[in-house]
Amino acid sequence: MDDFLAARSQMAMSLGFHIIFSCVGMVMPFLMAFAHWKYLKTNNEVYKGLTKAWSKGVAILFATGAVSGTMLSFELGLLWPQFMKHAGPIFGMPFSLEGTAFFIEAIAIGFFLYGWDRFNKWFHWFCGFLVGLSGLASGILVVAANAWMNSPAGFNYVDGQYVNIDPIKAMFNEAWFPQALHMTVAAFCATGFAVAGVHAYLIIRKKNVEFHTKAFRIAAGFALIGAFGAPLSGDVAAKSVAKRQPIKLAAMEAHFETEKGASFVIGGIPDEKKEEIKYALKIPKVLSFLVANDFNAEVKGLKDFPKDEWPPIAVVHYAFQIMIFFGVVMIIIGTVYLYALFFKKEWLTKNWLLKTFLYATPFGYIALEAGWTVTEVGRQPWIIYGIMRTVDAVTPMPGIQYSFYFFTAIFISLSLIIVFLLKRQIQMVPRLYDPTDAQFNPKNKKL
Amino acid sequence: MIYVVIGFLWLSICLYVILGGADFGAGIVELFTKKRARNKTKEIMYESIAPVWEANHMWLIIAIVILFVGFPEIYTTLSTYLHIPLVLMLVGIIARGTAFTFRHYDAVKDDWQHVYTQIFYFSSLLTPFFLGLIAAATVSHSINPDATGFLDLYIFSWLNWFGVAVGLFTISVCAYLASVFALRETTDRLELGLMIKKSKQTMVFVVITGLLVFITAYVSDIPLFMWVFSKPLGIMATVFATICLLLILRAMNRQKLLPVRALAGFQVIMILVAATYQHNPNIILFANGQHLSLLEHVAAPKTISALGWALMLGSLFILPFLFYLMASFSKQRK
Repeated sequence: MDDFLAARSQMAMSLGFHIIFSCVGMVMPFLMAFAHWKYLKTNNEVYKGLTKAWSKGVAILFATGAVSGTMLSFELGLLWPQFMKHAGPIFGMPFSLEGTAFFIEAIAIGFFLYGWDRFNKWFHWFCGFLVGLSGLASGILVVAANAWMNSPAGFNYVDGQYVNIDPIKAMFNEAWFPQALHMTVAAFCATGFAVAGVHAYLIIRKKNVEFHTKAFRIAAGFALIGAFGAPLSGDVAAKSVAKRQPIKLAAMEAHFETEKGASFVIGGIPDEKKEEIKYALKIPKVLSFLVANDFNAEVKGLKDFPKDEWPPIAVVHYAFQIMIFFGVVMIIIGTVYLYALFFKKEWLTKNWLLKTFLYATPFGYIALEAGWTVTEVGRQPWIIYGIMRTVDAVTPMPGIQYSFYFFTAIFISLSLIIVFLLKRQIQMVPRLYDPTDAQFNPKNKKL
Repeated sequence: MIYVVIGFLWLSICLYVILGGADFGAGIVELFTKKRARNKTKEIMYESIAPVWEANHMWLIIAIVILFVGFPEIYTTLSTYLHIPLVLMLVGIIARGTAFTFRHYDAVKDDWQHVYTQIFYFSSLLTPFFLGLIAAATVSHSINPDATGFLDLYIFSWLNWFGVAVGLFTISVCAYLASVFALRETTDRLELGLMIKKSKQTMVFVVITGLLVFITAYVSDIPLFMWVFSKPLGIMATVFATICLLLILRAMNRQKLLPVRALAGFQVIMILVAATYQHNPNIILFANGQHLSLLEHVAAPKTISALGWALMLGSLFILPFLFYLMASFSKQRK
């Protein structure tokens, strides 16, 4: 494996790993705060147990997100020193603000986890809510930094020099809002479905049904926000990509010829050499409508761009298809659930509905990772779109593949341990968290 | 504004060394405690640290962000030539943070605790060692951008006896801080006696490894002695650090513990000042005689001003909230 590919792989893996935990950190505190609020309003001890159970999940996943985030702040320099040397002062603003948000999150989580019966109950509740709020702010700020790589702003590039640097303009670049919005919604979608799926499984297994039903209802509610928000925010994002990075949009759709009334391509096998796509389902004029609100608008094709600026078409196209597919499936599940909620209450306890949610557990995360693949691979060969190529940014140090193997091993073992730990938390629900269970005795173990 | 940014860089490095260091030290002390007293030690050290430890490690992130936004050349130089020790330190950070959380939050307490604990111990040792090694490499003229071979560029940029000595010294300082900080967490005379003994032991290690640092510096032609003792401020800092040491000893002998934490923290700041003041603001000294300076190798003025404002506003939110957190939990066990 050559060093450049190894560096890209290591970065992709680190980001792919970190994204999972940061999304949990953005959304799960809100689930927790919602359950806590229900407890404070109803005094129902089940909600208190649920809040505590979720807060343990948040603690485990937040700590993992914090260390993988620390690691990324080093990796940017370890792998891409030439990029950071020039980009750091331009796009660093959101990172310095994110430092604050992240810090507040860490403090608030300390208050929340250890603050039961020690503080005013609404201060305690607010700390839990603040964990989510600052997590959300961190996420949005980091996405703003990523957006700058897609839509560089806040400087002039003159003869290879970066001049007139304005970090505020760089932060509020054209892409930050569409990307941040879509990412936030996607985080709700992914976390909502993942949590709902786990609790659906436990209801099917007839374990602590009341406890898990309450958990399932809350998580499914959050999943709905995500499922219906994703296409709306995705539309904003796609229009923005079409305007800023037409080549990325063309790659997403494997759209080779520039044409008016371009069709929306579903599936198919793109062939970069022959510059065509085979076996695809094409819906006429829809792509033009989606990107410009006009069925006859012109959409630029890949052939209009020099070939050395093409991203890897197949990867971007497939990733986009995967994201759309799972997005649509989640909308359907969300619609059925919503219908059941308002018109067919009896469906809510049916096994088929719960099983659907069980199968959908990873769907949100699959779509999320696929979406990030579209964003990141779709920007290649650039690390700063149109300004600096990724290959020019990589570290001069040889032997990066060993670093990649090493971190792969670390990430795999960490993932396994986390799954194992969460499983054990769930197994202990009857004893530690569900007050209606006969085995319940939280004093079995220290909090 | 550049001085505000440098001030925050200093503040976050100092706080990371003191708070993060004490945190690492807790693991080190536990590792070197005899099995019999381990549970007691663990209890004393952890009950108060658990809610705060995550926040302690945020200072490192703040320092890194300040470096890459405000001083990109310094950040990229470090991450290029010190790639390997940085990766090893990162592994330590990852292993330690996760092992600590896992040991704390695993719902079932069984043999797995043993696994987490072992990982926790060794990463508590590894991380400060490499932290010290990296700090040493910045000033030991060992980074050589003109070199050609892999070994000279990426290995001997940090691997030398002086670095190892500073690494060991950092470990000792962490263990010392942890023991002194834990004095205030004890609830009875027996616990207090145990922690006083530990503080004295670790103090001896700080002195021994400190001497080792001077010896290795002398052998490797690093003018450390001159840096520390050639200017009044360096001498003053050393004198203050020594006075703190004596005061802490006295406080321990009389078992009056009120200001020991502040004294130990101040002592560590004085050590940092003594070691870095002479070549300040030059933060990286290269083998070829050139250097990177905090005042010269700086980002554009607009970036520095934005960063300065962000840090000042951020600290308005962070500091009161953080102190409240620390105060709320510092006497939890009583």
